[in-house]
Amino acid sequence: MGEFNVHRVRFFDYMPSAIRALAFQPQRERIAVARTDGTVEIFNRADCFFQEKVIPGRQQAATEALAWVGDRLFSAGLNGEIIEYDLDNNKTKYTIDAYGGPIWSITSNKQGTHLAVGCEDGTVKLFEVHEDRIQFERNLAKQKGRIISLSWHPSGSKIVAGMMDVIHIFDTETGKLRALAFPSYDLLGTSRSQECVVWSVVYLSDGTIISGDSAGKVKMWDSRTGTLIKSHQVTKWDVLTLSVSQDETSLAVGTSEGHVVQFQFLSMVLGQEDKEWVRTRTFKNHTHDVRAVLEVNTAIVSGGMDTQFVVRPLLDKIDERGQASALRNIQFPHRRLVSCARKAGLLLFQYPGHLELWRLGESEGNGERKRENTTLSIKRKRWIAYSTVASFRLYRLHCENNNVSIIKVSKLPKVLSSANQICFSSDSSHLFVASTCSSVHVAILNQSGCKFVCTLKPKSGSGQAINLLAASEDGKWLASANSDHEVQIYNLNKMKPHCTVPVHSSGVSAMAIHPTTNNLFMVHADQQLTEYSVEKKQYTDWSRQVQRHGLHSLWLERDTPVTNVTFNPKNPAHIVLHDMYMFCIIDQTLPLPDQRSQFYNQLTLRSMPEKERKKHSHAFKMCKIFKELLFVELMEDQSLVVVERPLMDITAQLPAPVRQKKFAT
Amino acid sequence: MAALYESYTLCALADTGPEGTRAIEPDRDRDRVVITESGRAVTVYKVSDQKPLGSWTVKQGQCITSPAVYNPPTKEYVVVTDEKVVRVWKDEDISIEKAFKATVSAEVYRLHSVPDREPLVLFRHGAVRFLDSLLAAPQQTIEEVLSEEEVIRWSAAVQMEQQLVLLFSTEQRGQHCLYVQRFSPNALVKHRLETDSTNSTPLSYAATYRDGNIHLLYLFSSGSVYESVLQARPTVPAVSGTVQALPRSLLLKLPVGEGELTAASALPVDESHIAVVGVPHPLAGAGKDYLCLWNTHFQTLQAARELAGKIYGQLWCFSGKLFVPHGKILSVIPFECQKSSLAAAMGKLKQTSGTNESSGPTLVPTWNALLHSNQTQTQENSRGAGTKKSKMSTRNQSSCPTAEQLAEKIKVGSEKEVQKQVEEFLHGSQPEELQLTAGRLASALVMRCQADPTFYPQAAFTQLVQTNYLCHSGCPDLLVLTLEKNDFRLCQLCLQLFQDIPEAVTCCCLKTILSFQDSELEQVDLEDGLLFMKALTQTAEVSDDGDSGQHNGFCPPVLEEEICDAPPDSEAPGTRPAREPLALDMSCPVGLHKGALLNEVLQVPYSDSLLLPHLKDLNVPQVLLFLQYLRFLYLKYSQDAHSRIPALRKPTVTQIMDWVCLLLDAHFTVLALTPEAKSLLTSLHKFVRSQVKLYSELGKIEGSLEALKKSKQSREIGQYSIEVIELF
Repeated sequence: MGEFNVHRVRFFDYMPSAIRALAFQPQRERIAVARTDGTVEIFNRADCFFQEKVIPGRQQAATEALAWVGDRLFSAGLNGEIIEYDLDNNKTKYTIDAYGGPIWSITSNKQGTHLAVGCEDGTVKLFEVHEDRIQFERNLAKQKGRIISLSWHPSGSKIVAGMMDVIHIFDTETGKLRALAFPSYDLLGTSRSQECVVWSVVYLSDGTIISGDSAGKVKMWDSRTGTLIKSHQVTKWDVLTLSVSQDETSLAVGTSEGHVVQFQFLSMVLGQEDKEWVRTRTFKNHTHDVRAVLEVNTAIVSGGMDTQFVVRPLLDKIDERGQASALRNIQFPHRRLVSCARKAGLLLFQYPGHLELWRLGESEGNGERKRENTTLSIKRKRWIAYSTVASFRLYRLHCENNNVSIIKVSKLPKVLSSANQICFSSDSSHLFVASTCSSVHVAILNQSGCKFVCTLKPKSGSGQAINLLAASEDGKWLASANSDHEVQIYNLNKMKPHCTVPVHSSGVSAMAIHPTTNNLFMVHADQQLTEYSVEKKQYTDWSRQVQRHGLHSLWLERDTPVTNVTFNPKNPAHIVLHDMYMFCIIDQTLPLPDQRSQFYNQLTLRSMPEKERKKHSHAFKMCKIFKELLFVELMEDQSLVVVERPLMDITAQLPAPVRQKKFAT
Repeated sequence: MAALYESYTLCALADTGPEGTRAIEPDRDRDRVVITESGRAVTVYKVSDQKPLGSWTVKQGQCITSPAVYNPPTKEYVVVTDEKVVRVWKDEDISIEKAFKATVSAEVYRLHSVPDREPLVLFRHGAVRFLDSLLAAPQQTIEEVLSEEEVIRWSAAVQMEQQLVLLFSTEQRGQHCLYVQRFSPNALVKHRLETDSTNSTPLSYAATYRDGNIHLLYLFSSGSVYESVLQARPTVPAVSGTVQALPRSLLLKLPVGEGELTAASALPVDESHIAVVGVPHPLAGAGKDYLCLWNTHFQTLQAARELAGKIYGQLWCFSGKLFVPHGKILSVIPFECQKSSLAAAMGKLKQTSGTNESSGPTLVPTWNALLHSNQTQTQENSRGAGTKKSKMSTRNQSSCPTAEQLAEKIKVGSEKEVQKQVEEFLHGSQPEELQLTAGRLASALVMRCQADPTFYPQAAFTQLVQTNYLCHSGCPDLLVLTLEKNDFRLCQLCLQLFQDIPEAVTCCCLKTILSFQDSELEQVDLEDGLLFMKALTQTAEVSDDGDSGQHNGFCPPVLEEEICDAPPDSEAPGTRPAREPLALDMSCPVGLHKGALLNEVLQVPYSDSLLLPHLKDLNVPQVLLFLQYLRFLYLKYSQDAHSRIPALRKPTVTQIMDWVCLLLDAHFTVLALTPEAKSLLTSLHKFVRSQVKLYSELGKIEGSLEALKKSKQSREIGQYSIEVIELF
């Protein structure tokens, strides 16, 4: 295959932010993740935990909790506001102030009719969920001190609140404390001097209340009598979060040591009815506080200060070995944060609050900083476009020798207000901006500025946001993929939809249109590869062959999605893909690897004489030299750009964990 | 585990004979039963309150011939008086006389109530009707299914998911048959019930529906409990004329004591437990007044209760309670059967096995007895019908002795005879059989040897041990016997092959071996172990001869001062120059044979805490000798001698070190106070110290090597670099 010059870039200081809350939507198997920087991410459990959506937010929101009500997602934060998200268009739908000071928790009842929020001022506020809004209904009896945690009884008639040193039960009908049956009680069996914070409570349908507190204990209470049934000392530090499974037989506990402890509701004597909560397993996948856990049928999902999203499968609930039985650790976003001008050798890094532009080839880099966030694109050393939640900006870039200057393009069409994805045509004449409801705005770029041309809309009328755009080299085609897994191809000459690629069950994680053949190459979250001929409106022969032959099991077992596809300008048969742990060049002329053949065969091939290599090589040239990849692209001059972000560097920037690992422990 | 709880009396009984139509039937709810007794009265009881809710009697002169049943669909009670008159009444009726009655044309044997359906009426001659259809036309003609002499002994209705099945058994001149009546479509299937021996008769039957099949359980007067599984779905109708014998399996063989059972009853209470009444308790002699719960999986007695008064052999079970009439009362005994585990079953077994041996016939089955009875059974089979020729019987024909015969022979035969017989037996038997019988034979031989001091068939023992099927717990006295007889070859074999030698016996061996004179041992042929010892001592000589231990100019750290203060070792024959401190006393302190035997002892599995107290039994000379030998081994091993010697079995360094530690632990004070031990201990200490020093140096080297390895691995990659990779 040959030699490549590799630009090994490690100066992208990408720093993910800590996970603050998790929420699971069981019907559609979506997991919502709230991070400390205010973003909310939606993962699809059914689709290999693919990160389908990212909804940007503000750090000031200080999101504390998430709640699903049916398909709708709400969050609440320490700025005292409740946010509903527009999941179709990946943005905030509306924000309302709860007028109770910082909000510590938000939960919905099982019936989906009400939301309860726990506020700093000691009130639990009930909101009625309407079709398009939520409306304040009433305050439950006001308490002294903040309401840290809340949990509805599955019947919806009672709600339990965890506070400082105290757990209260409220009757939601009357709004009163259930004083008779359940007096407030002291949580502390230990020293009186220390305050005990009830970080998390769970109200089970049999009337048991489970609390996790800052004394490191998980306690089971009988809600009728207000008595302690059992107390488990789980950790020396805090128990931060609890999550009970749908069938209420299993409980996951997250601690600030970074451990997740599982409890199970088991009978102590075989075959007998009497069941007890028994501590069963401990998972140590985190180095820092576990701020949120979820019991998702066959797995425990956890996240915390160390920014990792960990899916720990419960092997007793999984029958066969496969994707579902592997530990999954999601560290990087499932989308590109790096954009690259292939001819000019420029790299653009997207940070949450600014962009950085770097030029390759020299040892010096140039930083350009902007204080906004979201999507970006640069092309052909002439333009940089980016969009934030609120606005869209276009800059003209001048790059001569070592002087880089940017000029803002002032007059932009009004329709370009905000974008989910931005893409330039290869000759920089057009700008494509993905907007709401799967529509794409097209604008012409010229010396004078930017002029709006038209809006492309899909035939299907899907309301989902576009998460990928790809324009063809000849300027004739544009492909868009949205989070409904639909891929739409537009004819740019006619400015009309051309065709729709058959919908695959798994989302598209990366795609690109081949410069010479105009085939759309797609990689899905379940690691399948498809190639679709735009002109013939059908899958290519190679794609069919891949489907027939099947991909190698080692390829399918990878647990990070491919996030970028590029082509070799010198050799049209070569496709460059990468995920977090490898990059790979697919040679479409070579035979596909057999199930029995060695998949990672680079070392073997290296040791072989030239003549034999041909016989043993297969289509997948895997390279695992570079690890923790954020971006790989093949430049115009056949050199590779590899952007690495070593996890060690991320870990080094985290605050010190509560539990320092001691030597030989 | 199953348990019987405290019993209470439900009601007093009129003392009719066992023939009286006493019966208990379930009522409308779980807590109520209908009791029919003394041929005249029907009473409804609330069980938990132990009080009657209602009672009805028939007029003087009339007699209830079929127990009253509750008819759930109509909420009425039904009874048959004088065999032909069906009477139906409700709860609120005060007298039966005023209630509805109908006279039918044939004699009724029994009524059966079925949940959610009309009761079934079984006529004396085998015909079956639903009650409603019968009462619609009472005088309808009833066909005769059974011949005149065939008498119904028992009947039961079994409700399955969809289907209803009526089972009844008949007797005709000692022949027992089972009829299975199915409905819609009506079909009657007849099966023959085999009796288990000549004159035993079935005493009780019980049918239950479980997992889609009907399980029929029946108890014979010989104490055997059989189970037959009837398919719920009708199988292919049997060819007319031939009556198939019902396939059955022996579930349990109950102990009967002397004589046969007369009035007894067995009732399944769950999948693995049966309740039995009227069968003697295995440990309490011949009295039969017991209610017992047996586990059929493990064949263990789970619970028993002695009942006062006469046992009628009747037993019912409703909603977790057993109803037993005895003496003049009807007792209710709640019970509980937990899922049985092997551990629970075995635990119970252990409790009773102590008395088991002495109480004559096998009561609670033990492994020994199980095997034994199996064998005799197969023999009987092969002798009797000749259906199956077992391997055992084929061997019988070829005049090879069975284990039984051999065991008998061992008791009396001369040494040569026995030897020959054992050889033949071992030659002719299957591995599985050997596994079971080797222990028995060995025990028999050992017993003979103990009784008769002149008798010692060494070759027979050797052969038995070498089968590999023997273990120490199988014949606990064998190893001790070999020591008594000074048969060290066999002792060595046992030490090699037995994995379960108790620590006490290990110590005993050690003691005997240590106290034996080397010269006496020299005649023993110890094969492999000896070769190892020879090789070990030879290498010692080699390394003594030249300084082959010091290649490459290696010079051990000289511990001059220690050499100086060490008193000259009395045993060291040629004192070496002081600059060779590691060449300590290298001569073997014991003879080769003794060494080989000690090696075997070293390799016997043990646990420290159990061995330690027994080690204290050794006397000082023995301890010193053993310690010297261990030191010798250790020195040899540290010179890497052992790895050059090819041997199948040799003690490992860890084993040696463990024994040294144990020995020092056990005799620390003694050794400290014994002047002879001092030189030995100092030299040992010196050597250990040098070893510790060596290892600590090695640890340091490891650290720096590790650092070197690491430094090479983590190549520092800067923020930006241009590299070249090649893909193939």
